[in-house]
Amino acid sequence: MFKWIFRYRIVRRTEPLTTAYIIGLMIIAVLASMVISSIFIIPLGVNPAIAYYELFKGAWGSKLALSETLVRFIPLLFTGVAVALAFLGRFWNIGAEGQLYLGALFATYFGISYYGVPSYIIIPLMIMAGFIGGSLAALLPAVLRSYYEVDEVVTTLLLNWVIYFIVQAVIYGPWRNPISAWPESPAISKEAELFIIWRGTRLHAGIFIALGIALLYYVIYKKSYWGYEIRLIGINPKAAYVQGINVARNMMIIALVSGGIAGIAGAVELMGIHFHLREALSHGYGYTGIIIAMLGLLHPIGVMLAAFFMATIETGSQAMHRATGIPYPLAYVIEGLTLIFVLIAVFFMNYKIEKKGEKT
Amino acid sequence: MTENAVEMRGIVKRFPGVLANDHVDFTVKVGEIHALLGENGAGKTTLMNILYGLYSPDAGEIYIYGKRANISSPRDAIKYGIGMVHQHFTLIPTFTVLENVILGYKGNKVTLNLKEAKRKVKKIIDDYNLGLDPDAKVWQLSVGEQQKVEILKMLFRDAKILILDEPTSVLAPIEVKGLFEFLRKMKNEGKSIIFITHKLREVMEVSDRVTVLRKGRVVGVREVRETSESELAKMMVGREVVFTVKKEENNAVGDTVLEIKDLWVKGDRGIYSVKGISLSIKAGEILGIAGVSGNGQKEFVEAIIGLRKVDRGRILINGSDVTNAKPKDIIKFGVAYLPEDREETGYFHDASIRDNLCTKVRYSFLKRRFFLDHQKMDKYAEKLVDEFHILTPTIWDPAKNLSGGNKQRLVLARELSINPRILIANQPTRGLDVNATEYIRKRILEAKKRGVAVLLVSEDIDEIMMLSDRIAVFYNGKLMGIVKPDKVSLEDLGLMLTGMRKVEVNA
Repeated sequence: MFKWIFRYRIVRRTEPLTTAYIIGLMIIAVLASMVISSIFIIPLGVNPAIAYYELFKGAWGSKLALSETLVRFIPLLFTGVAVALAFLGRFWNIGAEGQLYLGALFATYFGISYYGVPSYIIIPLMIMAGFIGGSLAALLPAVLRSYYEVDEVVTTLLLNWVIYFIVQAVIYGPWRNPISAWPESPAISKEAELFIIWRGTRLHAGIFIALGIALLYYVIYKKSYWGYEIRLIGINPKAAYVQGINVARNMMIIALVSGGIAGIAGAVELMGIHFHLREALSHGYGYTGIIIAMLGLLHPIGVMLAAFFMATIETGSQAMHRATGIPYPLAYVIEGLTLIFVLIAVFFMNYKIEKKGEKT
Repeated sequence: MTENAVEMRGIVKRFPGVLANDHVDFTVKVGEIHALLGENGAGKTTLMNILYGLYSPDAGEIYIYGKRANISSPRDAIKYGIGMVHQHFTLIPTFTVLENVILGYKGNKVTLNLKEAKRKVKKIIDDYNLGLDPDAKVWQLSVGEQQKVEILKMLFRDAKILILDEPTSVLAPIEVKGLFEFLRKMKNEGKSIIFITHKLREVMEVSDRVTVLRKGRVVGVREVRETSESELAKMMVGREVVFTVKKEENNAVGDTVLEIKDLWVKGDRGIYSVKGISLSIKAGEILGIAGVSGNGQKEFVEAIIGLRKVDRGRILINGSDVTNAKPKDIIKFGVAYLPEDREETGYFHDASIRDNLCTKVRYSFLKRRFFLDHQKMDKYAEKLVDEFHILTPTIWDPAKNLSGGNKQRLVLARELSINPRILIANQPTRGLDVNATEYIRKRILEAKKRGVAVLLVSEDIDEIMMLSDRIAVFYNGKLMGIVKPDKVSLEDLGLMLTGMRKVEVNA
């Protein structure tokens, strides 16, 4: 019955791929995940085409919709870049979520301790604090990985929860806002709030910082000497070591910078949207960053497009929920499936299926 | 007439670029220990993998106990009563001996009768004096005991023909003795044993007959009591040395560049693989290191380039102590390195050819402290691609798309582009076609002419004889002697390679 399967085999590709082909594969991966997600839409009695129409309308269809998508785009671009940089050097940072929270925690300290300090001092200070907090969250996994060969997937992932609970302890305890019913820190000073760049929306100046970081990543990736070294490490760490590259030290730097960028995401969310340190500061941005990095194939422009796409899905799904009754967590189903299909697509970048007996 | 347990006729096996078995005829009688002797790459293991069903031959027939056998998987082989113990064990450390033995064994029933299996395992252990505890966890066992578990696995499956691939390479001398006793016992019970080895002493000690393979062909079959070690050595190494590259005599040998004093280095298993080796190389000289693989050459080379810890002894480059220095520091002394495992440590598969060529001298492309000078890199790569005839559409193609020979050209181009003082070439032509081989050899000779001190490690005796000014023979982590290629007979070299003779080191 399935005998025809044996007429095909999987072989390694020997011809180089064109950029268009690669982009095409990624688009197919995204479309495939949306089509498969329809399985969850149809039983609810909704036409998937209408559901997706509502989704994209809810993400791009109005000033409010587009601005909310861009608001979501900001943290996702940070975490996407953070993870992409780490993955580029083969540091499997699954801890952007925790790094984001520790960054926010560090920034909160300055935000609630120094009232009345002018914006041009307090904002850079809090962003720095966010970077340091994020780096610190990555420090232990970085040291363990670089010098003791402890798997960073496990350490970064587990630290997410440690940091999350530290944040909880802080906002339920010493930093609990006395005038709020919710567990959250007091508000940061007015001077520390990022200004709104699109009147009547929540879109704040954090988008410039995020784009700046993305640009920096572009320079590192394309132009810098350091980027060359970490790309070599990412491709073949053993060969890089033989070629005289200091693998352990570079791994440390990659991990700390990656954590730092995720930490800035936390600081910017605090200063642009929440103004209080909260449990719900991040909606899994650190994890979504992994999908974004993979979908963007670690390429700076790819990461930017992927972050925008994920922001679209996450924002639009809320509108879709309101319009059609399909629960908004469908967005995360799509995200998860996207990751799976991206991994399949990556496989088909290296391999292809051909009929047995055919000349390659 | 004794019946043949195994008869392989006209076996041909081709791998891309290599003819691993070229019309090999091979027979094993019932109740004999048959040694399969040859250098690495002679096709011994390939032949046995065919018998065990891991490879299917391109041509040829197999008869087991006189009947035509169609073996297309190890499962078939076991059905025919053939068992094989590989060089690398396939045990699960956290399982017990018993669990490992019955793993994958289906028997007749769907359910597993543990009690009966245990009884059978115990009986085999007692019958053969294996001294194993069926309930011991495998990770607690020594290497020798683990090997016994592997053999036990085969006996449990009622193997009548047992293939052992280099069984002694992992054993201590006392364990080897035990293994041999056990093999003789199996023989007396009418089982047939095929014993893959490159150690002459073991052939003479334990086997009844021996088949010698060289470069995929059978050189000869001998009764062990009618042959001698020197005859086997000569058969194994071969007579004719084909000089494809002309070596120019040059007397312009300069000062000592690389000096190694009493070097002790541990292998992956934590036991010494290099045991007190001392040698030195002068500028403009090629020192060849001959030896069957696994005799310490790899560890020796890795210690020099800083990939492996030196436990005792010193390494000097131009008089400076570089013992246990990191690769990045050793590179600064002008050391170029062609690794043996090209795919693993040689290059960056997903990076472009350009990016690959530039890694060694990457400092020179630094621009304004932080940036890369892309134009300079392009030019540099273009120049090397031309100079070394690397066959590629553009310098932007990923290096993994190159053919094996072109990959080695790429590695060579990158390494020689630093104008090295020392070139360490480990198996530089292994797996390459004739053209690439010749090209690489020519380049190595050119480097020598320019005054580079070359350390050439090769299992290819012809290559060593052709290129080296002096040959150092490694056996079991020790230096068997340093000889001149024009003054040593192949017979002597064969005996040194197999650890039978030591020559006074006078070089």
